[in-house]
Parts: sequence; C-alpha cells; structure tokens
Amino acid sequence: MAKILEVKDLVTKFYTLDGVVNAVNGVSFDLEEGETLAIVGESGSGKSVTMMSLLGLIPMPPGKIEGGTAHFTGVGGRHDLLQMTPEELREVRGGQIGFVFQDPISTLNPILTIGEQIAETLTRHKGMTKDEARKHTIKLLGQVGIPDPELRYKAYPFQFSGGMRQRVVIAIAIACTPQIIIADEPTTALDVTVQAQIVELFKQLREALDVAVIWITHDLGVVAGIAERVLVMYGGRPAEIASVDDLYERPQHPYTLGLLGALPRLDARESKRLVSIQGAPPDLLLPLQHCPFAWRCDFAFERCWQEIPSLITVGERHETSCFYDLEKGAPRDV
Amino acid sequence: MADNTTPKTVDSLLDTEKTFKDRVTYFGRFLWRDRSGVIGLIVFLIVVFAAVFAPMITDQSPLDQDLRSSKMPPAWQEEGDWAHPFGTDSLGKDIFSRVLYGARVSLMVGLFGVLIAGTLGMIVGAIAGYAGGRLDAAIMSGVNLILSLPYLLFVVFIAAVLGRSLLNVILIFGITDAPIFARVTRGEVLRIRESGYVESAVSAGARWPRILFDHILPNLLGPLITLATFEMSRMIFYEAGLGFLGLSVPPNEYPTWGNMLAAGRKYMTSYPWMASFPGLAIMFTSLGMNLLGDWLRDVLDPRMRRSRK
Amino acid sequence: MHRYLFSKLAQSLLLLFGVLFLVFMMVRVTGDPAALMMPRESSPEQIEAFREELGFNDPLMTQFGRFIVEAIQGDFGNSLHFKTPALPLVVERLGATVELAVAGLLMAMIFGIPIGLIGGFTPGGLTDNIGRFIALMGQSIPNFWLGLMMILYFGVELGWFPTFGRDTWHSVVMPAFVLGLPVLGQIVRLTRSAVLEIRGEDFIRTAHSKGLEPKTIYTKHVLRNVAIPLVSVIGVQFGYMLGGSIYIEAIFSWPGMGGLLEQSIGWRDFPLVQAIAVFTSVIVLALNIVTDMAYSIIDPRIRYGR
Repeated sequence: MAKILEVKDLVTKFYTLDGVVNAVNGVSFDLEEGETLAIVGESGSGKSVTMMSLLGLIPMPPGKIEGGTAHFTGVGGRHDLLQMTPEELREVRGGQIGFVFQDPISTLNPILTIGEQIAETLTRHKGMTKDEARKHTIKLLGQVGIPDPELRYKAYPFQFSGGMRQRVVIAIAIACTPQIIIADEPTTALDVTVQAQIVELFKQLREALDVAVIWITHDLGVVAGIAERVLVMYGGRPAEIASVDDLYERPQHPYTLGLLGALPRLDARESKRLVSIQGAPPDLLLPLQHCPFAWRCDFAFERCWQEIPSLITVGERHETSCFYDLEKGAPRDV
Repeated sequence: MADNTTPKTVDSLLDTEKTFKDRVTYFGRFLWRDRSGVIGLIVFLIVVFAAVFAPMITDQSPLDQDLRSSKMPPAWQEEGDWAHPFGTDSLGKDIFSRVLYGARVSLMVGLFGVLIAGTLGMIVGAIAGYAGGRLDAAIMSGVNLILSLPYLLFVVFIAAVLGRSLLNVILIFGITDAPIFARVTRGEVLRIRESGYVESAVSAGARWPRILFDHILPNLLGPLITLATFEMSRMIFYEAGLGFLGLSVPPNEYPTWGNMLAAGRKYMTSYPWMASFPGLAIMFTSLGMNLLGDWLRDVLDPRMRRSRK
Repeated sequence: MHRYLFSKLAQSLLLLFGVLFLVFMMVRVTGDPAALMMPRESSPEQIEAFREELGFNDPLMTQFGRFIVEAIQGDFGNSLHFKTPALPLVVERLGATVELAVAGLLMAMIFGIPIGLIGGFTPGGLTDNIGRFIALMGQSIPNFWLGLMMILYFGVELGWFPTFGRDTWHSVVMPAFVLGLPVLGQIVRLTRSAVLEIRGEDFIRTAHSKGLEPKTIYTKHVLRNVAIPLVSVIGVQFGYMLGGSIYIEAIFSWPGMGGLLEQSIGWRDFPLVQAIAVFTSVIVLALNIVTDMAYSIIDPRIRYGR
C-alpha cells in the first residue's frame, strides 16, 4: 500500500515565559492509504501537538517547528508539509486533510447554521456554488446519520445533542473527500453509548470513502475498536509503533506494558488490582537528555539515563524506542 | 543548572540562597510588570495624603476670603505669588488649599458612599442569589429597574429635591449605587453556589459560619473590592458633577472640587485657572483609581492568578 | 420570538410604572412639595394657596391616581417658569438632544470600533496601547471639565468651533466629542476584549482547520460574534448619552432636554423636572427594547427562546 504521510524526526517547541516547552522531541511514523492509525498517550505526551504542528494549527509564536520532515502525498504530488507556505497549507487543510476535534459544542460556531458551516468548506475547496454546496451538504448530513437533513440544514448547533453535533463536525471533515481525517479525541467528551455510535460511524465512513484516519486518544479501549496500527507516545517521543494485534500481544515498551496493565478488563477472572504506572509525567521544560520514561520504568538501567533511545525495528512494521528487551529480560545488544 | 540525571530532592530545591540583591531585583521586576497598578496606588496614596495632611501642607485656610488678593493667577505666571501656588478665586480664597481640602470631601463621599452602597448591595444581592426562585426574581427586577434608568438624571433630580448637604450627597450615592453591588454580589453568590466546593464543604461537615467566612466571603471580596474602587472613582466624579450644578455642598461651608468648578466656570475665559485645577485634581484622582481598579481586577481574579505567577 | 417581545414590553411597562412612582414620591419626600416649588421668600399664605391649586392637600392615593392618569395623557401640569404645559416644552427639545447623542455615538463608533478591532488582533501593539490609553482617559476625565477646557482652547483661543448654541454643523462637533469620549473608551475596551476572547475560541480553530481564507475567518466567524456584545453595549451607551447629556448641554448652551433640566432645577420648576424625568425614562426604556430586539436578531440562541 502506498504511503500517504511520512513523518520523520519532527521536533516542536514552545517558547513561553516560563521556559522552553519541548513538546515534540523527534517523532517519526508512516501512514498508508486508507489505514487507521491511533496515536495514544497521556496529556502532555505530544500527541495532539504532533498533528497540529504538521498542519500549521499551533500558534506560531510561541510555537516553533525546529526539525523534521513530513511528506504528504496528496492530489498535487508528494510534498513536505513543513516546507509549505501558509497559502499552500490552507489548500491542504479541509480540502485534503479533514479534522474532527474533541468538544463539539465549542468546535462549532454558535451563531451560524450547521448547514452553512459545512457548506463553506465546499465552496472554498470544491468551488461549488451556494446551491450546489447546499444540496451536497444535505447529502452529507444524511451520510453521517442526521435525520431530516433538509430541515436540519438551517438549524443551529445549540439545537442538537452532543452526539448529533459531533456528526456535524464529522460531516465537515469528510465534506471534500479528504485523504486523511485527523480526529483529536473525538469521543472523549461524549457519553459512552454515543461514543460507540460515533466509532461505528467512523468505521462505516472509512469503508465508504477509503480514507485514512489518525485517531488521537488516551483511551486504549477505543483504540482496540477502531485502529489498525497504534503509535504510543510518551514525553514527546514515540515509545512504540505496531499493529493493534502486535501491540496487545507483544508489547515491546515498558510504557505500553504499563498502559495495558492499567486497563480494566471485563473478562478478568479474579478481581485484579489495576496497575498504575508509578511516578509523574515528565517535565517538558527540561531539555531531553535521556529516555523520558526512565523515571517511571521498572526496567531502566544505566544506558537509559545516558542516551535517548531511537526507534528500532522489532518485528514486521513494529518499532520501539527502548534499550531493554522485554521478551528476553535483558538489555538489547544494539 | 538543572539536569535530568540526578533525581530531584526537596532539599536541593531549598538550597538556593536568596541574596538581598536577588530580592530587590525580584521586587523590582514585580513593580515593573504591574507598573500601571503601582502608579494607580501611588496616585491614590498621594490624594489620601493630601487630604489628611492638608493643614500641614499649606498654611492658607480654604475658606478665608481676601478680596485684595482675589483673582490672582498661579505662582509661575506674572502677578502670581508663591503664597498662593495655584492662584486665588474671585473672593480671594487660596485655590491650592481648596484643592487639598476638597480632596477630603471627595474621598469621604467616595469612601462612605461605597461603604453604604456596598453593604446594602451586598446584603440584597446575597439574599437574592442565595434564596433563588421568586424572591430572587422580584429583587432583581427592582434592581434592574433602577439600573436601567438614566442614572444621572435621577441623581440630579433627587439632589435637587433633598437640598444641599454632604450627608445628602453621600446618602444619594450610597442608595443609588447599591444596585450595582447587588447585581455583582448576586452573580458571584450564584457562581459560588453552582461550583462544587460549597457542597463539598457542607458534606465534609463544615458548619455555616465557617463556610461563610472561609469559602464564600473570600470569593466575594475580590470582585467587590475591584468594583468598590471603580465606583468610588465614579462617585468622586458625580459629586463633582453635582457640585457643578450647585447641588452639592454649599461653597461657603466647604470647598469641593465640584463647586470650585461651578464657581470657576463663569471666569473660564479670563481666569481659567480657577476651574482648571479642580478639574485636574478630579482627573488625577480618577485616573489613579481606574488604574488601581484595573490592576486589582487582574490580581484578584483567581483565574488570572495562575497565568500571572 | 413574539413571546419574548411581549414579555419585554410588559417588563418595561412595569418599569415605567416604577418610574412614575419614583418621580411622584421624590417631590413629596420632603413632606411639603408646595414649599419645594415656591420661591423661598414666599409667605405661608402663598404656599397654602399654591398647595390648594395643585391639589397637594388631597389624600396621597388620590394624588397618585390623578398623577398616573394625567401622565398617561401627557399632562404634567404647567411649567412654573413658563406657565405653559410642561410636556410639550420637553418634547420640542428632544430633537436637539437626539442630534447630539447620535453625533456622539457616531464619533465613538467610527473611531472606537476600528481601534478596538486592531487592538484585539494585535494585542500589545502600538494601536492597542493607544486605544487602551484613550479608553482610560475617556473614563477618567470629567466631561464637564473637558468641555470647559475645549471651549477655552478650541473655541476661544483658536476659534475653530463655536462655543455655544446649535447653529451650523460646526456647533455639534465639540459637544459631541466630549459626550462621546467615555463611550469611545467603552467601545474600544469591549471590542478589544471581545476580539481577543473569540479568537481563542475552539470554533476559530475549526475555521482554520477548514483551510478558510483569513479574510473569511475574520469577517464571518470573528466579527459576527463580536457584534453581539457590541450591539448591547452601544444600545446601553446611547441610552446613557440621552439621559446624561445635562452637563454637556449646560456648558455648550445646547438647546436640548438636558439643558432644560439644568435650568429648571435652577428655577425649582418641579413640574418641568418631573416631565423631563418621565419623558427621558420612556425614551430610554423604548431604546432598551429596541436594543434587545436587535440583539435577538443577531444572536440566534436568544431568538429561539432558550
């Protein structure tokens, strides 16, 4: 399968009054056509910042992209997103890469009709007339499961429930048939039952549109439901990248292990205590000089404190950035 | 320099010795960052100082008429004299001392006016916010009635009816400004009620007086102090306005900036200083208090506090 | 929508009733309205005769009832000074005050909104700092004093503008400026903070994520949302200007209702003062209703009666 997004060594920092925040410290991953990749991590792991910096959606003072490349193969060929001008990026955003954000009530403009908010991407990127955009929007509303789309076109966001609003946001994202949809915690703000509906909707849409999805979340449970591959991030670094099965069956990074252990499971025979990972998240104000997880890692040894581990291949499309081999129970000889 | 290889301990954090120079620079930086607030505070203190120490600053009495030295210009102009630094008015009263003594009236009006308005308003607003329901609606419609009317008009009307005295002025302001305090208090009480911590304090077994003093009052104080600063500035303004119309304290009893302006108005073209100085005094005071109020608002708002550090 | 309007109207009528009550009571609060209205040197017999004439000896409820009934018909008695019906004297002055208020508001909006917008889009920049300085000044400078100063310099010394009366279009410039300056300050502050707040909202990030042109984002998404609180503030400020123009009109000898108020206070012409108070309140209340309506048109959340 062809790769449509190739990110290499992305470094993003924020220059704030309190110091330099090292939000992203060298992240690399690939995305193939039509593939669903989940980016998992705790708050502050850099998962959102990574994707937002690629598309120029972080505030540029104080944010600054200081390294890396991000080759996107879109309609106009293969180009590095990080080298694009703002105008070029504006073509990509919305037109070739769509977004779904976390909280649908604040994501939508409260004083515009939802129809208008969907239609404006169509007129902007597809050059449709207002009438064409309107008809297409109504079709889209039907596609995302909103009943009575002709009536609802003129409705305002406050007249919808949370789940319906998120469907509207999804409609905006898919409106211009993008190649990638970036969903940043799309179900976190929704009720659990609604969550399931939205995940279902995503699955249907990616079937129908053959679109690649990057699903950012901190919830491993949702990952299992929708992802094909997973990128686990910690402290602005990629901890592990693998297919969902490989990740759950053969985790290679102590952090992943910790995350999996912390998952409450319905099928647990005996009541097991939830294992939480000891320690606290890393302080991003300090420049990274070693493995960010070393503080909290049960398996850390001297090397972990002296170098930053880079990604090494440990299986088919399975990489990890750890000096310790969990399966062998000993440091790797790399 | 912090480094990541050695685990941090609490002791190492306390290790840094703060020298005197460090403290001074820290304080200096604090002053500079909030310089507008500091300026406001200084101005306010100057005004208070002038009011309190007026008799020691000038030996002229603000009420003595001396027709021989009437209409003298400020000291730095010809025919001026440093005995009367700001000149004299049409009856020979020294303007400088009148400005200083006038500060007393303005401050008193502001202070007591705000005290009355604040107390009244706080009680009414707290009741409305706490009781909720119909009582709240009834109180608030009364409050909104008073607030939606042309304020100035009614202040002037009432002052015209009640007659001229300092007490009347203070009472008028105290009562007519209470609605604003009521509205703000009610808003804050509602907000505090909605937020969880009163509930958690109650469920943790805290008793009422403690809840009131530890939780509710501190949160009310911030916005109310800020409001009080602005309203005090406004009252000084309005007192001057009333004086300008001749509705404040009669000029022979006491100098107020307002009635100085009224008196000076007639002589604007020939002896402009008579009205200029009281006007400048009002502006100076107002400016200082507005700056102070802005700064207080930023500092006392708990949400802002975090990002200011 | 209609229900909202209706309830607003009902509220306003209630408010108006409250105003009439206030006005009625104020004159009687000293105990003897007749003594209040007669010149101080009047003899007790003159005061008594006056009291009879104006019906102050009747029971309070009767007086109040009569007052309400007459007020609805627009009868506020005769002005003591002019000896003619009070209300028409006020109404004929309405035009001048409205003209002044409109001019002041326009001035405040034309300068205030752009400065506030620029300040919001480039906080900390030069325009922003100038704007905030102007806002502070507008709030702190006593407008009556400013009026006097401006008359002195621009009117007398430089002779650019006439210093009193309402003759040519020049006449309105200085008073409008002085009246509108605090409003200018308010508008700058509000616009600036609204712009800043809205720019930080999530839906602006969404607008960026759609790849929309910056121009579209600013006009359609930011400005339209800024307009909401702005309309409200403009309505309120206009009401203040209409009701609070007394000082400006007095200083500039502007023939409006405020100037009449100042004079009638001097003459102790309370029927006239009453008429002015009630009439101005009616206008301000009507203005509030109009502002609310405009607000509900702009903000769909209000329209659909949340």
